[in-house]
Amino acid sequence: MLIEQILNGLATGSTYALIALGLALVYGILGILHVAHAGVYMVGAYIGIGIYSLTGNIFLAMIASMVFCGFLGVAIERYIYFPLLKFPPYVPLISSIAIFTGMEELIRLIAGPTVQTYSLTLPFPTLKIKGMVISSNLMGIYIITALVFFLLWYFSTQTETGLAMRATSQDMAVASSLGINSQRIIDLSFFISSAIAALAGVLVGIYYNTVSPGMGAVPAYKALALIVVGGLGSVPGAVIASLALGIAETVLIGFAHVPLPRDALAFIAMIVVLMWKPQGLFGRKG
Amino acid sequence: MSYVITVAIFISIYAIVAYGLNIIVGYAGQISLGHAAFFGIGAYSAALLTTKAGLTFWGALPIVILISAIIGILCGLPSLRVKNDFLAITTIGINFIVEAIFLYIPFFGGALGLGGIPRVVFWGTKLKGGNYLALCLCVLLLVVLINRWFAKRWMGLACIALREDETAASSMGISPMRFKLIAFVMGTAIAGVGGALYAHQMHFIAPSDFGFTVSVMLLSFVVLGGMGTLWGPLLGALILGSLPELARPLANYRMLLYSALLLLMIRFQPQGLLGKNSFLLSIFSRKERGNG
Repeated sequence: MLIEQILNGLATGSTYALIALGLALVYGILGILHVAHAGVYMVGAYIGIGIYSLTGNIFLAMIASMVFCGFLGVAIERYIYFPLLKFPPYVPLISSIAIFTGMEELIRLIAGPTVQTYSLTLPFPTLKIKGMVISSNLMGIYIITALVFFLLWYFSTQTETGLAMRATSQDMAVASSLGINSQRIIDLSFFISSAIAALAGVLVGIYYNTVSPGMGAVPAYKALALIVVGGLGSVPGAVIASLALGIAETVLIGFAHVPLPRDALAFIAMIVVLMWKPQGLFGRKG
Repeated sequence: MSYVITVAIFISIYAIVAYGLNIIVGYAGQISLGHAAFFGIGAYSAALLTTKAGLTFWGALPIVILISAIIGILCGLPSLRVKNDFLAITTIGINFIVEAIFLYIPFFGGALGLGGIPRVVFWGTKLKGGNYLALCLCVLLLVVLINRWFAKRWMGLACIALREDETAASSMGISPMRFKLIAFVMGTAIAGVGGALYAHQMHFIAPSDFGFTVSVMLLSFVVLGGMGTLWGPLLGALILGSLPELARPLANYRMLLYSALLLLMIRFQPQGLLGKNSFLLSIFSRKERGNG
């Protein structure tokens, strides 16, 4: 049963990673703790279920939700964060929390406060190894997440825009002076990270068969702990920390029955990492 | 009328806690998003001391302050090593962990919380309604005076120097850790007093009363009023505390309106209503020039 727990943990970790990598990307570029990212994720899940129930095509639902949330993320950055950049970091942080609760309330008013079920099977093959079954939804989550990681890796290391993005994240002033349109890069990174968050929302909806207005509350703060563990602003660090946490949560609590609240584990890990390596596992020094 | 008094009691309790946060965030410049944890520690220790140990409110109060201060030191020592965003996330973590401890350890009553907390007795009369409000206002006044006293003392000035430029201040011989910790502990002790008042007003407390959202609310009181100003936290608590009550006729739209207003205020008045460049101050300073 341990292997099954690990496989489930890997799926949970993958969804954490899809949320946390966007947060790390945004932090790397603007230095903002984007709590409202989890609001985008929740909105993405609702748009996904809405379009799926209208059209019956889950891939169309995923893409439409990603595009809409991408623009939503850019709008948040343009109209709220960008004018607040010159203030101390808690100012954009509070604005972000206000956006997050606002989004929760708005969805609660539009879609109703109750949990909605979302039952569908992704068109992926079911895998059977030695009597163990990996359901098609689990396979779908693995394949889609792996695809996103690959595309993101390819984009950021093999294309010129990706290079510009990494340069902006290291030093925005120098990057702009070398002719990089930093406003465009900021927009693009918000678009990408919000679209991936929306995808995570749809996948979580499929995985747990439910969506609810409060579904963003736990990821909102857990993802913050994850990007600290990974090293603030480090996207690979955030991904590795997320996968590790997903597995640790299911194995420690589901398998070993450690008497700890599941959602506090991320913060305990974070405090341990901060004491031992304050820049995070993969953070830059200084 | 009793409804208005109840709302006023809660606003003054939250204002007391916000003044504690003002010392940490406003004067010492150390962001804390876990202040509700210490508010909760105060409330839980007051509840346990009065219900299980049989102490009176007045007997329990010094112990409550001591407990909040000691836990403040224990949490402050490791977390004040990190700065800015790291500190913000660490304090969020402290809040979640403290809430989880209240929720998971049966001694603290679990999800059901602690009940049967007696009323405060003063000279043989049970304080309720207007009398309890008077007690809360007295404590509030005391806390405002402590803020004023702190800002004018050497340690307050040292904290403000650290907030403005830590490198410069420490090269002048100000120990960053020591003064940050002093500010942190004063803040947590004041939060503990607020917690004790809260427990005796509610008679019943549960872990969710001291969750992360409460920390956000407290920080937004301080930031919107004007951090590090004497009247900012009170103004913030008055506006943001009475807003949800005034908006009660809007029923379901209440919280949406609240977040929209919070967003608008932070977006267009990020330094607070009484901070630098505020439109309120610019109106007043036209009238009483040179008094700022």
